[in-house]
Amino acid sequence: MSGSSSQGRLGALADRWLPKLVLSPTLAASLIFVYGFIAWTGWLSFTESRLMPRYEWAGVVQYQALFENERWWTAAANLGIFGGLFILFCLLVGLLMAVLLDQKIRAEGALRTVYLYPMALSFVVTGTAWKWMLNPDMGLQKVVVDLGFTDFTFDWLVNPDMAIYTVVIAGVWQSSGFVMALFLAGLRGIDDSIIKAAQVDGASLPTIYRRILIPSLRPVFFSVLLILSHIAIKSFDLVMALTGGGPGNSSDVPAIFMYQFAFTRGQLGVGAASAMMMLFTIVAVLVPLMYMETRSAKRV
Amino acid sequence: MKLKRLSAAVLAASLFPVAAQAADVEVLHWWTSGGEAKSVAELKKMMSAQGVTWKDFAVAGGGGDNAMTALKTRVVSGNPPTAAQIKGPAIQEWGAEGVLADIDAVARAGNWDKQLPPVVSRVMKYKGKYVAAPVNVHRVNWLWANPEAFKKAGATVPKTWPEFFVAADKLKKAGIQPIAHGGQPWQDATLFESVALGVGGADYYNKAFVKLDKATLAGPTTVKVFETLGKVKTYIDKGAAGRDWNLATAMVINGKAGMQFMGDWAKGEFTAAGKVPGKDFICTDAPGTQNAFTFNIDSLAMFQQKNPAAVQAQAKLAATVMSPAFQEVFNLNKGSIPARLDTPMAKFDDCAKKSSFDMSAASKGGKLVPSFAHKMAMPSATEGAMVDVISQFMNSNMTAQQATERLARAGAVR
Repeated sequence: MSGSSSQGRLGALADRWLPKLVLSPTLAASLIFVYGFIAWTGWLSFTESRLMPRYEWAGVVQYQALFENERWWTAAANLGIFGGLFILFCLLVGLLMAVLLDQKIRAEGALRTVYLYPMALSFVVTGTAWKWMLNPDMGLQKVVVDLGFTDFTFDWLVNPDMAIYTVVIAGVWQSSGFVMALFLAGLRGIDDSIIKAAQVDGASLPTIYRRILIPSLRPVFFSVLLILSHIAIKSFDLVMALTGGGPGNSSDVPAIFMYQFAFTRGQLGVGAASAMMMLFTIVAVLVPLMYMETRSAKRV
Repeated sequence: MKLKRLSAAVLAASLFPVAAQAADVEVLHWWTSGGEAKSVAELKKMMSAQGVTWKDFAVAGGGGDNAMTALKTRVVSGNPPTAAQIKGPAIQEWGAEGVLADIDAVARAGNWDKQLPPVVSRVMKYKGKYVAAPVNVHRVNWLWANPEAFKKAGATVPKTWPEFFVAADKLKKAGIQPIAHGGQPWQDATLFESVALGVGGADYYNKAFVKLDKATLAGPTTVKVFETLGKVKTYIDKGAAGRDWNLATAMVINGKAGMQFMGDWAKGEFTAAGKVPGKDFICTDAPGTQNAFTFNIDSLAMFQQKNPAAVQAQAKLAATVMSPAFQEVFNLNKGSIPARLDTPMAKFDDCAKKSSFDMSAASKGGKLVPSFAHKMAMPSATEGAMVDVISQFMNSNMTAQQATERLARAGAVR
C-alpha cells in the first residue's frame, strides 16, 4: 500500500518538475543566445567599437552616424517599398488562390503542391533563378525580343529605380503559396452549416465569401502578417542573390547594410545601431499586432 | 585500449597547445585561386627549408571578408595566427587594437628602409615600427585594350582624356562596345580613381584621397572628375550591372569590347586565354596618368606571439617574405610585381617590366599614390562612404556638382 502511494507521490513530483526540467536547456539557450546577444548588440551600439568590440560608453554617436548616412535611408526606404508590396501582394495572391482552390475542384492536391513548392526552395535559389530570368541579356526580355517584338524592354533588374521591385516579384512568387496554404486551412476549418444557412437565406457565393468567410479568417490574417512582416524585415539572402543590393546600392536593405558595416567595413558600432533599429521596427510592427490579436481572442 | 590512447592524446593536445606550435608559422590568407595558390606553395617550401612547419590557414571567399571574420574570432579568443594577409590602413587599425608584433629588428637587419619606396614602408609601419611585410605590388591605373578592335575601328590607343573620347566614339561607330566594365561598387571606384588621377594629377589625388583635404575634395577639380566620369559612363553597356571583372576582361579578350580599366590582375585572364602582351593585348597607363602609379600592396601583418619559439619562427617568416628570391617567384606566379625595388626583373613579362619601371620613376617623382578603391589610402569607414557616393553616381542621374558635395561629406566620415 505504502509503496504505491510513494510511487504516486513520485509520479506527481515528476509531473510537476519533468516538463520544466526538459524545457530548461532550451530556455537557457534562448535566454543567452537570443536575449543575451540582443543586449550585447544594444550595448555595442552605444560604444565606439570599430574593428572589434570595445566597451567604453560613448553615448548615441553611432545612431547619429547612422541617421546621417544616406545609404541607411535608401535601405530604410527600400524596406518600406519591399515590405509593403511584398505583404500586400502575398495576401492578395494567396487569398485569391485559396478561394479558387476551395471550390472543390479536381486535382486539388496536385495543384496545392504546385503552389506550395516554391516554399521548399531557399531564398538563395529563388534569387538566383529570378536573376537569370530577369536579366535583360539572357532572360525574359531576350525571349520576347527573339519572338519578334524587338522594342520590348524589361530591364528592371539593372535599372536603379526599379531593382527593388524585382525583389518584390521574386519574394511574392516564393511566399504566396505558403500564404495560400494557411488561408485554405482556415477556410476548411469553417463550419459548413454556416455556409448552408447563408445559402438557404439566398446569399450568392461572392457575398458569402465577402461577408462571412473572409471576415472569419481574421486570426489567419494575423498569423500571416506576423510571418510575412518578419520575413520582410530580416530579408537578406533573397536580395543578396537577386541584385546584390545593386545596381550601386539602389536595392540595399537594412540587413545588408548591417552586415556590411559590422563585418566588412570595420564599423561594428554603426552596424550594431542599425541592427537595433531593425529590432525596433520588428517590435513596432509585431507588438500592436499581437496586442490586437490577444484582445480579439479575449472578446470571442 | 585504443580509445584510452586516443583520449590521452586529446588530453595532451589540449593541455599543451603552445608547445605543439613551437616552430610553426600559421598564416591566414585568401590566396586560393590557381596562380595565387602556387605562390603560397613557394613560401611554404622556403619556410620548411629553414625547419619551420607551415600551417596553412586559408579562408576563401568574399574578397577576404570571410578571412577577416575568422581572424577576429581568433584574436578575440587570444590565439592569433602568426601572420595574416592584411593591407593598407587596416594595418593601422589592427595596430590600434594593440595586437600586432614589432618586427623592427628583422627590418633593420634586412635594411628594409632602403629596399622599399618610402610611401610603401610607411604603410607597413605602426607608430614608426615595422609590423608587416609587403609581398607584392599591384598597379591599378592600367588601361587594357584589344589592338584588333582598335584596328577595325581605325582608332589609336588613347594617352589623354580627349583622345580617349575620340577613340571611344570610333569604337562605338564600328559596333564595338567601347568600355568593358562591371557595375560593382569596387569596380566603379577603380574606374573613378583612374579618372581622378588622370584629370587631377598626383598632387590633387594625394590631397583629396590621402590627406582627405575638404577644400580639395569639394573643389572644381572634383567636379571635373565627375563630369569626365559621367561622360565615360555613357560608353558602358546596360548589362554591366553586377558583372564580375573577369567577365568584363573576357569581353576585351574576345573583341566584343575595346578597353577596360582594371588593375594588373586582369593580365592573368589574358595570359590564361593564351594571349601575348603587346601583340594580342595592350597594357598602358590609364589616360593622363603617365608616370603616375596607383598601388595596391598585399602584405602579411605579424601578430604578437606568446611563445619565444613562435616569435623566432615569425622573424624567419618576415625575413623570407622580403627576400629577393621569394619576391621574384611569388610575383611571377601571381602577375604582380615585387615590392622590393632591387628584385631582378629579367624573368617578368613586358607589362610587369613597365610596371616596375614606372613604380621606381613615380616613387622618385612623388607620383606613387595609394589606391583607395583597394583599401590602401584611407580608413575603411571613409573609403566605404566614398565608394557609396561613387557607385550611386554611376547608377543614377546625379549631377557632377551634387556628387562632389556628397563626396566631400563622405570624406569627413571617420
